[in-house]
Amino acid sequence: MRHSTFFWFVLPSALAMFLFIALPIVSVFTQSLHVAHDQVVEEVETCAVFSCTTELRVNAEATAELYEEAPLGKFAGLDNYANRSHLAFDEVSVVWAQASGPGEFFNGIYNLPFYKALTFTLAYTFIVTPLVIIFGFMIAVAVNSLSALVKGPIIFVSLLPMMVTPLIGSLILFWMIDARGILGSTLQYLMGDPSLSLKASSTLTWIMLMVYGVWHSAPFAFVVFYAGLQTVPKDTLESAMIDGASRWQRIRYVVLPYLMPLTLFIALIQLMDNFRVFEPIVGFNAEAHATSLSWAIYNYMNADSKLLNSAATTSMLTIIGVAILLTPVLVRTWRDFNRR
Amino acid sequence: MSQAADRRSPILVFASISFLLIWLLMASFPFLWTLWGSFKVQGDFFSKADWSYAIFGVRTIAETGAPFTGAGYYGAWVQEEFWRAVINTGVVVVFVVIISLTFGALGGYALSRSNYRYVFWLLMLALIFRAMPHITLVSGYLLPFFEWNLWGHLSTTVIVLVAINQPFTLWMLHSFFQNIPKDLDESAMVDGCTRFQAFRYAIVPVMWPGIVTTGLFSFLLAYNDFAVTALLLTKENQTMVPKIAGFLGSTQTEGNVMFAVASVVSATAPLFVLVIFFQRQIVSGLTAGAVKG
Amino acid sequence: MLKQILAASVFTLASSVIAQAGCGLSGGDVRILGNEFPAIQAVSQGAMECADDNVTVSANLTKEHRDLQVAAMTANPAEYSVAVVANSSIVPLMNDGLIRPLNELVEKYGDKLKKNQLITIDGKIMAVAFMANAQHLFYRSDILEQAGLEVPTSYEEVIAAAKTIKDKGLMEYPLAGTFKSGWNLGEEFVNMYTGTGADMFKPGSAEVAINNENGIKALNMLKELTSYMNPDFLTYDSNAASAEWEAGNVALMNMWGSRAGPISDDEGSTPEIVAATAFTAAPTLGGGSTPATTLWWDGFTIAANISDEDAEASFRAMMNGVDPSILTDETKGHAVWLIDGFEPGPTAQGVFATANAGAKPYPMLPFGGLLHSAAGAELADFLQGKESAEQALTDIEAAYTTAAKEAGFIK
Repeated sequence: MRHSTFFWFVLPSALAMFLFIALPIVSVFTQSLHVAHDQVVEEVETCAVFSCTTELRVNAEATAELYEEAPLGKFAGLDNYANRSHLAFDEVSVVWAQASGPGEFFNGIYNLPFYKALTFTLAYTFIVTPLVIIFGFMIAVAVNSLSALVKGPIIFVSLLPMMVTPLIGSLILFWMIDARGILGSTLQYLMGDPSLSLKASSTLTWIMLMVYGVWHSAPFAFVVFYAGLQTVPKDTLESAMIDGASRWQRIRYVVLPYLMPLTLFIALIQLMDNFRVFEPIVGFNAEAHATSLSWAIYNYMNADSKLLNSAATTSMLTIIGVAILLTPVLVRTWRDFNRR
Repeated sequence: MSQAADRRSPILVFASISFLLIWLLMASFPFLWTLWGSFKVQGDFFSKADWSYAIFGVRTIAETGAPFTGAGYYGAWVQEEFWRAVINTGVVVVFVVIISLTFGALGGYALSRSNYRYVFWLLMLALIFRAMPHITLVSGYLLPFFEWNLWGHLSTTVIVLVAINQPFTLWMLHSFFQNIPKDLDESAMVDGCTRFQAFRYAIVPVMWPGIVTTGLFSFLLAYNDFAVTALLLTKENQTMVPKIAGFLGSTQTEGNVMFAVASVVSATAPLFVLVIFFQRQIVSGLTAGAVKG
Repeated sequence: MLKQILAASVFTLASSVIAQAGCGLSGGDVRILGNEFPAIQAVSQGAMECADDNVTVSANLTKEHRDLQVAAMTANPAEYSVAVVANSSIVPLMNDGLIRPLNELVEKYGDKLKKNQLITIDGKIMAVAFMANAQHLFYRSDILEQAGLEVPTSYEEVIAAAKTIKDKGLMEYPLAGTFKSGWNLGEEFVNMYTGTGADMFKPGSAEVAINNENGIKALNMLKELTSYMNPDFLTYDSNAASAEWEAGNVALMNMWGSRAGPISDDEGSTPEIVAATAFTAAPTLGGGSTPATTLWWDGFTIAANISDEDAEASFRAMMNGVDPSILTDETKGHAVWLIDGFEPGPTAQGVFATANAGAKPYPMLPFGGLLHSAAGAELADFLQGKESAEQALTDIEAAYTTAAKEAGFIK
């Protein structure tokens, strides 16, 4: 395809992405290299409903002047990346020097907000992604063996977890897993422990979030695999059968290799989505036990005093994290690409 | 795989069926629970005393005199005018799907037919774009949108959702087009068609299965989005999800929570129709290879 | 439920009828941004009445208002002419100079305002408050009676009462509170630390001063309280805690005054629990004299980046919104109104008792929010017993200092 034809075909899509994603990424990157100007504060008398006091106030005009000169704030280089809220180099080296063993070192690191968020994010990503793939595949195989009549409703039901808005879905589930909710009390009964509460322990909260993650994303893997199964070449399967291959052998040596590209695609999307896990943490009020990188960004932007530079820095670190995670997939795509 | 030729041991059939039943129960139970509970009062559905209240409606009988109440639905649809949000969602979803697919089909087609290095880098760039957390993007849009008076309109939200969804659409359609034999459009060009005509007359007729599947995912994204719609729309233009979140509010008012529950059930109904309607296309669409990396 | 629906539809009817009548404005465009809860809805309904052929009034009441307000009012002209704020959310607007002084407008049109409604900073009126709020003690008189206890006035007595109630087997978890990790937990810390009487910052600077014995005292009390709470306490916001109360599982809790009305209504609870629910001032800490809580207000501000005509129309429309005439039987229960002519009913007693006992207002410091978030995020580990009070305070201090450096308050 000629360059000019290619250009015109890609233009609408590229333009949309350039304007609404590339430009913001550039601005976020610039923002992550800056901090706010030194605030001009002054002591003034403040009278509110109940009493008067003398308090510090920002002098808005003086601050506005500073921003007139340098709208982005003070250039800070990589300071934001190195400070305690992010990679925390100084704090990590202190912990390293003081820790007597790996356990203590890990505890010290885990006390720092970025590493705490990163730990859960990575654990979630690497546990949920493979489970989603396995689970989705099993459902797809099971559904595929049913008669056409019941397939429609079953596909709909299987898609439900993906379709119900996570925001509300987790609110209802959050209630069901309460110690007095239907799932929570069933668990207590099954475990024989009447004081069991999923919300009070960090370990159980982690498990709960991951189970939710698998439940929510399995339908995606299911749909993709199910469709893939329809295209498995029949003649190959039949000749395998004639050769006396068992059902398991047929899945192992014919179906699975055929579905490999699909698995890669699901893995790619799921790695990325799970690395940005956010909604279940808010939905399940799980901040005390588990935080993620996306949650950290939300937290920086949601407070009364927003920390936009920190939010920008964490966003950049998220992108870098995703890029690292996806390297194996990228290398493979590169090889495929050169082959074609 | 035709099942007639495929004999299976009864144990395997049993295992497969029971696994499926467990999955169906897991997938549908929270929803069925919500459907049943949406006809109760808050004191039952979110009972602190005994979860079985949600089944038998003890408080519902005490407060309304009957075991079922439509108050949640009445409140959501009549009092809070949930139908406005439904219309807005309809508008947003239709346009997002159409525009996403148009952009994505053109771009994906070109990416699948060009062998230059920049194609690879474009695809990689799209992946990196997809990695950007949405909250960061949206908070970045706010100020320029307010400055240029773009904020609050449905059209702005549509464009933003299209852009955010473009990387995924592009990837999916690109791999789908790769599976359509090149001979098809190349022979059309030999016959004297331009590249666009070849696309229009040779490719468009055979691309529908892939489009339907990709469309389903675009649809779900636009339908379920909260991060973008909650911050970019005015009250009148609100779509369903932020509207439902609004019923919960920062301090939950008694009764309003049930509006949210009733709305969630209402919002799932059109999806049911859609899936039943497009079921075969979705399947054949993916079949045609959308996902063959 | 039915009552609410009726009231709401009457509201809508009334506003659409009166919409044509207006309230004497000559022209302008009024656009209101605020949080979504019944009291603010009532005020914005009042402002809506000013719409007529020359004046448009619209309102966007949403949970997301804090995320929108700074960007919306930085634009010129501002997307919203009125922002309804509280002590904490007014700070970012003032830091960026996005709201205008109201002295002239108050002089011209503010004759119905009381002096204490005017939020004055350095002589400039920046906001007009219309309701007050504070966390204070909710108690169950029947349970206290059964346990043979007086109404506690200090946190030490609260702990003793909780112990007695638990030991007598009256309740398993007699206490509740808004301890959800994040903003709620931060607020609990600010409240408790305020109870020690010490300042959170070194005088005249942005440097934090909580890493001391007062901080330890506050933290230990928070932890002691949680030992009498449902083990899920770190997920409890005011919705969850109120629901526990209405279910009769809790005998004492420090809760927002704005929740007193909904808890005392005829929905969600039994008449016995409602009848036994009573309100009093927030407890004190460690023999201190001021209640360990902070006083809050909600009020409206007018944007700086709008025309004077719109500003005047907005102010007058909002004056109509906070007019004494909006106090109906329905709206009286929504809040502790500061509006002239409001007679505090039983549900407003707690806030008034707390204010009269000398509680301090929540500080409107430009860097106060940073400490609030730092405490809310770092305290969860301490309350779960994963780290010591000293370590938690050191963490809060470190997190705050990092944030304050980024925001330019500490060099």
